[in-house]
Amino acid sequence: MMKDVEKVGKKLVSDIRQDFPILQEVVNGHRLVYLDNGATTQKPISVIDAISEYYRQYNSNIHRGVHTLSQLATDRYELARNKVKNFINAQNDEEIIFVRGTTEGINLVAQSYARNRLKKGDEVIISTMEHHSNIVPWQMVCEQTQSILKIIPIDENGVLLMDDYEALLSDKTKIVSIVHQSNTLGTINPVKQIAKLAHDAGAIVLVDGAQSAPHLSIDVQDIDCDFFAFSGHKVCGPTGVGILYGKQHILEEMPPYQGGGDMIRSVSFEKTTYNDLPYKFEAGTPNIAGGIGLGVAIDYLTNLGMENIALHEKNILSYAKESLRNMSGIRIIGDAEEYGGVLSFVMDAAHPHDIGTILDSEGVAIRTGHHCTQPLMDRFDIPATARASVSFYNTKDDVDKFLVAVDRVSELFG
Amino acid sequence: MPGLSDLYQEILLEHNSKPKNFFVVEGHTHHKEGFNPLCGDRIQLYVTLKNDLITEVGFQGSGCAISRASTSMMTESVKGKSLEQINIIFDEVRKMLTEPGSDLNADILGDLEMLSGVTEYPVRIKCAILSWHTLKSLIDSSTDKVSTE
Repeated sequence: MMKDVEKVGKKLVSDIRQDFPILQEVVNGHRLVYLDNGATTQKPISVIDAISEYYRQYNSNIHRGVHTLSQLATDRYELARNKVKNFINAQNDEEIIFVRGTTEGINLVAQSYARNRLKKGDEVIISTMEHHSNIVPWQMVCEQTQSILKIIPIDENGVLLMDDYEALLSDKTKIVSIVHQSNTLGTINPVKQIAKLAHDAGAIVLVDGAQSAPHLSIDVQDIDCDFFAFSGHKVCGPTGVGILYGKQHILEEMPPYQGGGDMIRSVSFEKTTYNDLPYKFEAGTPNIAGGIGLGVAIDYLTNLGMENIALHEKNILSYAKESLRNMSGIRIIGDAEEYGGVLSFVMDAAHPHDIGTILDSEGVAIRTGHHCTQPLMDRFDIPATARASVSFYNTKDDVDKFLVAVDRVSELFG
Repeated sequence: MPGLSDLYQEILLEHNSKPKNFFVVEGHTHHKEGFNPLCGDRIQLYVTLKNDLITEVGFQGSGCAISRASTSMMTESVKGKSLEQINIIFDEVRKMLTEPGSDLNADILGDLEMLSGVTEYPVRIKCAILSWHTLKSLIDSSTDKVSTE
């Protein structure tokens, strides 16, 4: 039988795979089938080369040096900021803050924005399906300000109960912080509608885009969120770099998050004045190679086209989902109509960790555990799930190898 | 890399599907929770301790096959033993799981030696050792939660 030719836009997936050196690796005697993209994505050679090139050819500190290399590094770093701006359709570069990742982005908003504004009895709204990184920073700031954390419930399919959300909103609501695409369920939340309702109630909105930025075309102006955070390493960039987007007028009103070099205009022991945006929030020498690498990763995704990426991934994922649904003894966790990226499941016969070990022995890498969403595990009354998560370089053949390995689990555990 | 069959041996799978002493010990004198925050494995261990002797032991909880089978096998091996004997078994199990290649005393370990396959899977060692840490902690103190972290 002739094999389907898989494409992302005009580019063959088989050609795309050649851009990713790690996909040629052999693991436990098998070709690597990498289905743990929700944890981190693999890097194209262009990103790896860009990082190497920085250290080999123009490693130097940015924003201060008068010498040639420093100027070059500064230009490339700031160019990356501009690429990020275009990637999420922000209005201007000043709204793009380089941070370590989504987690730091959320913590920045919690400590710099929320801590100074929340008063006793004020409310912050999050949902049942949040990652710990969009729970704990809010718990911390609520404790510091004696504010109250409210939780939007979800239904059996893993869909937000929007009526309950509306009922939670009041003039006490100051912040709504919501995940765009669930890392455990795959559910894509209606963030535009969520933002509109929050604004009507007088609250600001943060969107956790860690899992949506790799899969969806992001337009922060269309969503009309006040903050949007995502991580570089989940969009084929390096680890240790991420982005916090904030509307300019809000960022301007916020005090710095950390003090140090680069974030000041002038320092004396009597008075220090802070730098302009975005540098006010970027104390210390940043992850320069990481920022440049992230810019190159965004080039790669943009060349493929986010709409094309979403389409191919949807094909792969729905194929995997329907195949799993037809196997006995398997329950899929999360069945929203709007979903992407991940497929979580549990098996009657085997615990997720045993599934993970057996799949690994077949060269298939998936994630098992609570995925840093323990309240969500409690909601479904399960300790953990097995999670396969796709990227645009995955193929139906990857899914087939995954399915064979899942069959192996059933055989072994009977 | 050794095959999966070294890890998931028949006896181990049997302990997983039909665990021994899988109940709450009625009138138990001691109870301890063991929890692995990394993976969510959680066991409740119930023991009746009389004159430094474990006369009855049982457990409840959820976890992977390795942790469940390891707990089941542990309850079998410590039932009726003195605390002194149990400490000797504990040391031998710890050595087997965390110091691969060391000389093991097969007489002390008995069936427990079957768990040695887990050393080839470093991330799973915690699954095998959770119940033992829980028991050790139950014996050593009376605080209420044990962690392998």
